[in-house]
Amino acid sequence: MRKNVSNAGEGCSCKAVFSLEKPFKGDVFFYYGLKNFHQNLRRYMDSRDDGQMVGRKTNLKNPSSYCSPFIRDQNGLPIAPCGAVANSIFNDTFTLFHHDSSGKSFKVPLLRRGITWYTDKNVKFRNPKVDNLTLAQVFQGTVKPLYWQRPVYELDQADPTNNGFINDDLIVWMREAAFPNFKKLYGVLYRADEHFTQGLPAGSYSIEINYNFPVQHFRGRKEVVLTTLTWFGGQNHFLPIAYLVTSSLILLIAVTLTVVWWKFGKNGKNMEE
Amino acid sequence: PYLCEERRVRANDREYNEKFQYASNCIMTSKYNIITFLPVNLFEQFQEVANTYFLFLLILQLIPQISSLSWFTTIVPLALVLTITAVKDATDDYFRHKSDNQVNNRQSQVLIRGLLQNEKWMNVRVGDIIKLENNQFVAADLLLLSSSEPHGLCYIETAELDGETNMKVRQSVSVTSELGDQNNLSSFNGEVVCEPPNNKLDRFCGTLYWRDKKYTLTNQNMLLRGCVLRNTEACYGLVIFAGPDTKLMQNSGRTKFKRTSIDRLMNTLVLWIFGFLVCMGVILAIGNAVWEREVGSLFQSYLPWDPPVDNFLFNAFLSFWSYVIILNTVVPISLYVSVEVIRLGHSYFINWDQHMFCSQCNTAAEARTTTLNEELGQVEYIFSDKTGTLTQNIMSFNKCSINGQTFGKYPLGPQPKRLDFTPFNPLADLDFCFYDDTLLESVKVGDLHTQEFFRLLSLCHTVMSEEKSEGELVYKAQSPDEGALVTAARNFGFVFRSRTPGTISTTEMGRPATYTLLAILDFNNIRKRMSVIVRNAEGRIRLYCKGADTVLLERLHPCNQELTNITSDHLNEYAADGLRTLALAYRDLTEDEWEAWSESHRCADKATDCREDRLAAAYEQIEQDMMLLGATAIEDKLQEGVPETIAVLSLANIKIWVLTGDKQETAVNIGYSCKMLTDDMTEVFIISGHTVQSVRQELRSVSLTGRTAACPPSSWSTLPCPPPPPPPPPPPPSNLMDNISGEFALIINGHSLAHALEADMETEFLSTACACKAVICCRVTPLQKAQVVELIKKHKKAVTLAIGDGANDVSMIKSAHIGVGISGQEGIQAVLASDYSFSQFRFLQRLLLVHGRWSYLRMCRFLCYFFYKNFAFTMVHFWFGFFCGFSAQTVYDQYFITLYNIVYTSLPVLAMGIFDQDVPDHRSLEYPKLYEPGQLNLLFNKKEFFICIAQGIYTSVVLFFVPYAVLSDASQSNGVPLADYQTFAVTTATALVIVVSVQIALDTGFWTVINHVCVWGSLGSYFTIMFALHSQSLFRIFPNQFHFVGSAQSTLLQPVVWLTIALATAICIVPVLAFRFLKLDLKPQLSDTVRYTQLVRQKKRKPGRLGARGGSRRSGYAFAHQEGFGELITSGKNMRLSSMALASFASRHSSGWIDTLRRKKHTSAQHLGGVQSSTQLCLWVSSSTLKLLLCSGRLTRYTY
Repeated sequence: MRKNVSNAGEGCSCKAVFSLEKPFKGDVFFYYGLKNFHQNLRRYMDSRDDGQMVGRKTNLKNPSSYCSPFIRDQNGLPIAPCGAVANSIFNDTFTLFHHDSSGKSFKVPLLRRGITWYTDKNVKFRNPKVDNLTLAQVFQGTVKPLYWQRPVYELDQADPTNNGFINDDLIVWMREAAFPNFKKLYGVLYRADEHFTQGLPAGSYSIEINYNFPVQHFRGRKEVVLTTLTWFGGQNHFLPIAYLVTSSLILLIAVTLTVVWWKFGKNGKNMEE
Repeated sequence: PYLCEERRVRANDREYNEKFQYASNCIMTSKYNIITFLPVNLFEQFQEVANTYFLFLLILQLIPQISSLSWFTTIVPLALVLTITAVKDATDDYFRHKSDNQVNNRQSQVLIRGLLQNEKWMNVRVGDIIKLENNQFVAADLLLLSSSEPHGLCYIETAELDGETNMKVRQSVSVTSELGDQNNLSSFNGEVVCEPPNNKLDRFCGTLYWRDKKYTLTNQNMLLRGCVLRNTEACYGLVIFAGPDTKLMQNSGRTKFKRTSIDRLMNTLVLWIFGFLVCMGVILAIGNAVWEREVGSLFQSYLPWDPPVDNFLFNAFLSFWSYVIILNTVVPISLYVSVEVIRLGHSYFINWDQHMFCSQCNTAAEARTTTLNEELGQVEYIFSDKTGTLTQNIMSFNKCSINGQTFGKYPLGPQPKRLDFTPFNPLADLDFCFYDDTLLESVKVGDLHTQEFFRLLSLCHTVMSEEKSEGELVYKAQSPDEGALVTAARNFGFVFRSRTPGTISTTEMGRPATYTLLAILDFNNIRKRMSVIVRNAEGRIRLYCKGADTVLLERLHPCNQELTNITSDHLNEYAADGLRTLALAYRDLTEDEWEAWSESHRCADKATDCREDRLAAAYEQIEQDMMLLGATAIEDKLQEGVPETIAVLSLANIKIWVLTGDKQETAVNIGYSCKMLTDDMTEVFIISGHTVQSVRQELRSVSLTGRTAACPPSSWSTLPCPPPPPPPPPPPPSNLMDNISGEFALIINGHSLAHALEADMETEFLSTACACKAVICCRVTPLQKAQVVELIKKHKKAVTLAIGDGANDVSMIKSAHIGVGISGQEGIQAVLASDYSFSQFRFLQRLLLVHGRWSYLRMCRFLCYFFYKNFAFTMVHFWFGFFCGFSAQTVYDQYFITLYNIVYTSLPVLAMGIFDQDVPDHRSLEYPKLYEPGQLNLLFNKKEFFICIAQGIYTSVVLFFVPYAVLSDASQSNGVPLADYQTFAVTTATALVIVVSVQIALDTGFWTVINHVCVWGSLGSYFTIMFALHSQSLFRIFPNQFHFVGSAQSTLLQPVVWLTIALATAICIVPVLAFRFLKLDLKPQLSDTVRYTQLVRQKKRKPGRLGARGGSRRSGYAFAHQEGFGELITSGKNMRLSSMALASFASRHSSGWIDTLRRKKHTSAQHLGGVQSSTQLCLWVSSSTLKLLLCSGRLTRYTY
């Protein structure tokens, strides 16, 4: 459906239904995940211009050669933001609905801000200087990346301060994942809403997905993850198991070594030869 | 007309000589000057394979399609390495410039237009006539024209050229010697035609054309650069060869660059690693091909292939090179420079070692080559020179036995008092040391025997004296033994003052006395004795004789029996102490006896055929029925601590071979006194055959004996001079097993060695010699020394060390893996050719057992760790390749890659490589066995290398997969996932730095402050630099260079990250710890045990001192003495014309003594096979051969 690039502008949506057996208490985080998407390819990772993203005007109009082959469009206009990373931004949108027992549906409010590193939002990504100009005027003379539906200064239609290079979704995407299967933060449950102060109650939910990001042609998969977190992050099975196994092995080794020392080590260490 | 086959030099004619453009006397050993330094040095450096390889990498990195790393990751280390090497080369060259300048600016006196002018050496031209004064260095190769001494003779010392300290005589052509002084010489315009410059020190042929006559010139007329004029007031010479053309410079070829076995192993391993690198590259490229075909091609809408790339195969090809760049850190450029730095450090330790500083001569040990240190820890064979190396070449009168009473007991006590002779004898030599005052008392009270004893010593010798002013006597002795004896007599009141051909003047107890010298019965090697016949003032004629006890005691009057027994006992005692003994005797002759003998002697002397035989018979005739006076014992002073050093070194399983030009008796004697040979030895084999067959036969029977430990073969003796008690009894049968592996020693003569070194016999010789505990080769030429070393190098794959002090050792020093020069009295040629130099043989044990051992240990540990840390570092990229589509994406930040090897991990391992030690120095001297791992190459070999590599790869697996497993599913507490690339990179890098730091902490056996500073400093610098590089300020300036802004704090604030790092560290380190514990418990090394013992401070038994050797008696009429000086004295040839009337000595003698000398040398050089043919040959056959022949009954006419 999205194989043809020219269809990028058209909408397409689908709906996924699921239910929660137990309520998710506390902060609930909403992730989108991609499988078999290689954000860690060398040329892909290089294909970005941090000089442009930090708001340098020269780089805005003259993107670095690193961005190749997404520097300029066929008309020779510079692309902003340039490069393969920005070009391939994940642009599905999700709306989560809660269906309570009475059958009423509430839109689950997601906080789409504050999902980035502090340094990214405040240091690494900056819009070009806006001297009494609108963002659109600043970006005049550039074109949106090839696969994008909207230009960079219109990414967040709801919140004008979240546009341009400092758009949270863009920043999240620009922080490349280390491995081909990854998840990225989409939003956090907005608990100020009266229904969700305790987190997500049990019940049935549906996600409406505005489907823009094609994955089937590279045999990728998409997923959505809802999770709560503890003090050291999300649910992580590997670490505690690894610790348990390692420590028991160390214990075993310690016992063995003590025995060995008792039996062999004590002799042979004196100088009587 | 200039012909390159010959050189023409006309004296005093610069214009004529300049036509030929001969080299000037300016020498240049430096390599660069200021302008040429940079290009030449860089050119040289890029001839190193490693540097070229890194240059190649650099070029690869400049290709954007391949460049997986920025160019500065390679250029920074490369520039660093090139700079360090360049600085070192520049410093070396600076010192060469300095020494060149110093030599070039020495002054010499040149005869210009009839006047002597001071000129710098470098301004001396070919054809100039220069004047040399006593003790001056010869400035160029000169033709001796005239000298202040009679007959145009002059004496030179050639120590710097060939290491021989005895003086040599040069004589000018008679026509020029008559020229005399400078006035005549300035008009001298002879022309010399001679051969072009060459490096043959002992050969010169040319012709002098002067006044229409031709005179043949030989080496005998030449003074070579590097010699020192001695005992000659002045001489004039014509410069024939100057500067680089001189024989000295022609001989100093560029030294062969020595490499250590570790170097070679390292190069092999580096090649293997390259192979490994290529394999990895190929695997990853194949992976890339597959991935690009299966996945990448589908992913092209997000990341199209680069324009030149149109298919996955080409992509894979590029990826191969990209991976070569990334993975090249397995062979980091810093390896070579680190190794150099470590070696340099070790060299400085050697230079600075106070225990290797000789306070007497104020010289410290010097590591002249800085690249061989670790090989010092692997030495298996030491080839040592004798004179000047084991011994000081100083003889001292140590003990004597007079009329059955022994003198010279060394008093006990810390500071024994030296006898002061001055009040008793104003002519005494102040350097003479003697401690037993009973002898002095005995002289003072006028004991007749004692006085006669010293009178003998003052008369019976061939020493020349020189009395510059009243009482200031200088003796010129032909051998140091004689010098010692005459000096002893001098101090005890019997002062030899001067001699003429017919008289000897002495001062006896303060009264002058003159003896008429009737005859000198000269020394030779068969007679092993010399006598003089003198008539004293009262007209009584007496024969004084001194000689080897074995020879002399047979010629005593029967009434001496009792005294002989006592003296024999004393002689045994002295020999047991390793002293060289002589027996002294006299005989009163009546006038008739003398007349009769004199007549027969004259007949013999005049005989034309068999003169030597007849003379010997005549001497034999009169040296009979002598009265024993006593015996002297001379100490051939060993260098300090030689026996102890040899004992320690042989405990360390190092085999010591003594290669000496000395005679067999002397060598064996020294062998005993320095405990190389002991009486506990099962057998001492002597090989001295003259023919191939006999040598082969002897070798065979040695190996046969060695194998069966049967009774000693009866056909040849076991000791050179078996004492009256027979050789060691045959071993009892119960000891048979011991004897098979028993201790043997082999003594081989130079002429036998020549045969043994031939291709068909060398293996036989080698196996025999290597089975022996001690090997002594005597009468060997410098070339043979080198051949022996080469033989071992070729067949044994063992590290060899040659130690010597003279120029005759240079060849062996150069050919051995390690050459050590003793910076002693002899010239500096050996030192210049050596890799290490110090002034005392005993420092060798410290050099090997302490410095060598440590260097080896450190280098091995360093290499192990270095390969480990680089594999751990690099292989992470390999595993990451499987996750990043084999796209050659690095795991780490590029700055981390740049700095990892040169900052984060370099200093701790350097500190370990420089300072580490497993046991302290005194322990490694105490337990020489600790040296063995080095010889067996146990600490770093291919197996150890693979263990390190395996450990490195294991670490890389842990370092990649543990963070992978943890982080791929983890998130920060604010929900941001941790699986982003930068977090992963920082986590892995931090874990890596911590793991390798813990590992170096484990590997470091000896913590100094510097180690602490380095380890903690490196960790600290890692975090500091990382935070700096990830800081906002840098990012603001160069946003495209510092992508990692904020990663450090964002990552390192996460508890999960630290838990991951801790886990990875534990998994990496615990198995290593466990393995080491197990090894310590189950297979402890000696060093572990010593360490442990050190730790618990156990009281240890002192290592057993070497038991005092009671010994078989080895006599030592072992004079380093040449025959012929008797004749020289009686002929008066070497005396001033003024002091004597030469009339009686007809021209028959005029060149006689030189001829005699030359003839004998000639014969000795040939060593022809026919033993029976002439007695003259037998002069040079060692006494043992003689014994041997006697035993076999072939030479019965030599019954004494």
